[in-house]
Amino acid sequence: MSRDWKKLGLKMGLEVHQQLDTESKLFCPCPTELRDDNYDEEIKRILRPTQSELGQIDRAAYQESMQKQRFNYESYNTHTCLVETDDEPPHALNKEALDISLTIASLLNMKVVDEFHTMRKQVIDGSNTSGFQRTGLLATDGYLDTPYGEVKIETLGLEEDAARRVDSEGPYTEFRLDRLGIPLAEITTDPSVHNPDAMQHVAYMIGQVLRSTKVKRGLGTIRQDVNISIAEGARVEIKGVQDLELMPEIVEREVTRQLKLIEIRNQLKERNAEVIDEIYDIDEVFNDTGSKILKSAKSIKAIILKGFDGLIGLEVQPGRRFGTELSGYAKKRGVHGLFHTDELPAYGISQEEVNKLKEYLKVEPKDAIIIVAEKPEVATSALEEVIRRSKMAFDGVVEETRKCLEDGNTEYMRPLATANRMYLETDIPLFQISKEHVNEIANNLPELPDEKKARIIKEYSLSEDLANQLVRTQEADMFEEILKQVKVESTPVASVLAYDLKELRRDNHNINNITFDKLVDMFKLLKDNKISKDALNKLLISISDNPNKNVEKLAEENNLTLLSEEDVHKIIENIVSKNETMISERQMGAMGPLMGMSMKQLKGKADGSIVNKIVREEIQKRL
Amino acid sequence: MTYKELSEKFIDDAGVSIGDTVFIEKDDVSYEGIILDRSNDALDEFIVIKLDSGYNIGINIKDAKIKLVEKGDKPKIGYDNVEIEHDPNKMDISIISTGGTVSSIIDYKTGAVHPAFTAGDLLRANPELLDIANYDVKALYNILSENMKPEYWVKAAESIADDINNGCDGVVVAHGTDTMHYTSAALSFMMETPVPIVITGAQRSSDRPSTDAFINLFNSVGAAKSDIAEVTVCMHDSLNDNICSLHKGTKVRKMHTSRRDTFRSIDCEPIAELKHGNIISTNLPYIKRNEKELKLNTNLEPKTALIKSYPGITSELIDYHIDKGFKGLLIEGTGLGHVPENLIQSLNRAYDEGIAVVMTSQCLYGRVNMNVYSTGRELINAHVISGQDMTPETAYVKLSWALGQSENLNDVENIMTTNIAGELSHSSSVKYFLN
Repeated sequence: MSRDWKKLGLKMGLEVHQQLDTESKLFCPCPTELRDDNYDEEIKRILRPTQSELGQIDRAAYQESMQKQRFNYESYNTHTCLVETDDEPPHALNKEALDISLTIASLLNMKVVDEFHTMRKQVIDGSNTSGFQRTGLLATDGYLDTPYGEVKIETLGLEEDAARRVDSEGPYTEFRLDRLGIPLAEITTDPSVHNPDAMQHVAYMIGQVLRSTKVKRGLGTIRQDVNISIAEGARVEIKGVQDLELMPEIVEREVTRQLKLIEIRNQLKERNAEVIDEIYDIDEVFNDTGSKILKSAKSIKAIILKGFDGLIGLEVQPGRRFGTELSGYAKKRGVHGLFHTDELPAYGISQEEVNKLKEYLKVEPKDAIIIVAEKPEVATSALEEVIRRSKMAFDGVVEETRKCLEDGNTEYMRPLATANRMYLETDIPLFQISKEHVNEIANNLPELPDEKKARIIKEYSLSEDLANQLVRTQEADMFEEILKQVKVESTPVASVLAYDLKELRRDNHNINNITFDKLVDMFKLLKDNKISKDALNKLLISISDNPNKNVEKLAEENNLTLLSEEDVHKIIENIVSKNETMISERQMGAMGPLMGMSMKQLKGKADGSIVNKIVREEIQKRL
Repeated sequence: MTYKELSEKFIDDAGVSIGDTVFIEKDDVSYEGIILDRSNDALDEFIVIKLDSGYNIGINIKDAKIKLVEKGDKPKIGYDNVEIEHDPNKMDISIISTGGTVSSIIDYKTGAVHPAFTAGDLLRANPELLDIANYDVKALYNILSENMKPEYWVKAAESIADDINNGCDGVVVAHGTDTMHYTSAALSFMMETPVPIVITGAQRSSDRPSTDAFINLFNSVGAAKSDIAEVTVCMHDSLNDNICSLHKGTKVRKMHTSRRDTFRSIDCEPIAELKHGNIISTNLPYIKRNEKELKLNTNLEPKTALIKSYPGITSELIDYHIDKGFKGLLIEGTGLGHVPENLIQSLNRAYDEGIAVVMTSQCLYGRVNMNVYSTGRELINAHVISGQDMTPETAYVKLSWALGQSENLNDVENIMTTNIAGELSHSSSVKYFLN
């Protein structure tokens, strides 16, 4: 299905978070690696929302606080420190992270601020032990030329990554502190992207820029958030888009959702619908219920949505109804879900009970009822949220932060953060950035991936495929470095780096043992005609399995070394002299069969072109 | 206005001030935002604006043009008033604020965390406290605890005594952590109390969601409602936000620059542990509520000094204090309580001039014993008084107080070696070390 995006007034902006590949974290000397080994300590914490600089409590932070979450932090004795546990003030800003970010700013044609102020952005979902993320604005006002036109890069921030959530059971939400504090570059575009394919491409291009600098690679090291709105809708931020291929689908589904919510709004207005502010105890309606959930619940409560009948069951995204939107809000208050009359009878609730309920609450046919079964205070709190969200339905689309699901649907996370979340991090001095330093970085920019690819194709006569692979896997620098040291044919070097090493890793060989020096030694053997191209793969395996042995020795031990031209000559001479009859019968026609015989005997021990040369000479001698 | 010279002129010339929305233009970039205050110790030539996104940035005013977009108010921090209703079923707790991290918020003057709350603000920021007691709140000072002075201990003691006389059931003192253990020791010597006096603070400022202030305060109120009628310090027991330890005011010490469980009982266990405002265990005998009557004895000798011994220390340090008219010297010696022998002569001189010299150990744990080595015996001969197992800080405060009671050196020695407020114990348990 293709929509008329222009007519819908589709506006999209992108927010990219990229982990930087620095030695240490942004505000402490801990390494920037994730860990899978057992943690040493577990720390239990709670967080409370506080006032911000402008004297207002931020609504997103307030929302999260209502859940009264408790947190467990997994820490290490040597790989995380008191800064991550919020028991020591942050150390000075990491200059390496700053310089990488300045490089990114320059590549995106941005204006760097004169003085960098580290801010505290309140996040009290537990992902930051301090209750805030340290973040600062480094540059503004850049642009990126894309095939879809120029995209404005609004801001570049330098901030710390959050703690990593790990699976856990029990009342505590569990986080591991290894990821907390890894430097992140945050890049935001203005909402000038107007169709889904362009969105995907812009994301790809920003990724390419980032990859030309010192950034981390692999799953979870780059995270995209998309802001989407249509003319009649509202800005919705979709967090955590990992797969760029999914981008058009996410946009499509969000636009669908916004259109459906607008449709619901129109219907509600037409029907003179109304949200009743009261929460009713309805336990007695379900005294003899067959529903296990209702039977075991501490209390059953309900609210009335006048005129909502049929709309709650309306699909807003494939498989997700307006009711799912309401339950998204209720879940934030600690319930597992809700029932609504559009889906009843079901879940063991009978038609009879539904009728009894409607009678009990004296509702009209056009009205809908929402039911929550939980502890009384939890049920009340959840229904208050449903009432709040239902009232918002009269505005159509609600400004929200939503989480990206695997199929491209989205789920409610929290209200959009406001500027009130930010106040100054007073533990870190203001940091002046001189024009000279910015210029110095601008004069030493790395090559962008596409530029690099074009250059190495030309300079080393590589195939497009090999060049592409080298650039994508970040092996291009290594490739050039090897060729600088060994004047050998470029293609085998490229193909070892782009393909062979990866295959070896896949087969569980320890390719860390194949150091740069070992590679250089190996290609020297190739250049000196001591081994053939065919022997490279076997030799690589041998190097990875025997880290302490010298490469030439390994080639010999594995019988991979080429025979000297003299020895080759002897063997060929021997073959040719045994077949002199054939030569006299077939003249040069004997070339083929004799070549075949020689190659069979010399396989992997002599270069084909040399064999060819010698066989030819030997035949000619006998003519 | 905290902008200085150039930046102040830049702003004044444009007729704008803090809180105004302005547009600033430079040759290749422009910004719009609200002008914020700038820290006094920061560089001149920059002005700070808060952008719409919430970010602050500093802009170098060189070649910049500024114009007013919209007048605004200077941002103010403050909580809405909370109605505090007296509930006869709840105990009456007095909260006295002296400043420090527990009652601090960001101050845009200095750009640093600064004591700026009143005790009332403290309550408004922690409304859950209202569920467990009635409160009378007052701000005695608003200082960082490194700026604490002995005369402030006196004022605090008098203020607490007033509250107790007015019928409060317990007192909580909000205090900066740096010198909290000096204050707790001072109050311990200066007061006998029928109700709990609990000192508390925070290692993470109360402007941040992860502050330890709330749990410390909540448990302190719990302790102030309890039966433990002593001067105590109530702070986090571990890095977890759950249990607080209640330490004897004379046996507690700040042992870490930044951890929330920085306060530790030295040479003994905490009196009790608290969770959710309730005592969950007790470890030591304690003086019970109403066992003693309120007594106040706040005489202190201000000319008391604390001197740390170290390799290379010279006798002029001792002589200086004698010459300057100090009445008491508290020495933080090495090991069992030693100073280099080159100090002995000056210490003898001190005694001759009527100055009390008390020895403690920089080991912090363990007790002084000057009988073991010859230097120690020479110190005894020079009439140096053993501080036994007191921490240097407690012994310093006690010496100042003892000199406030009598000028007679025999009396002073007598006071120093007599247990007044749990500061001395005679037996050293194997379990009290680095816990």
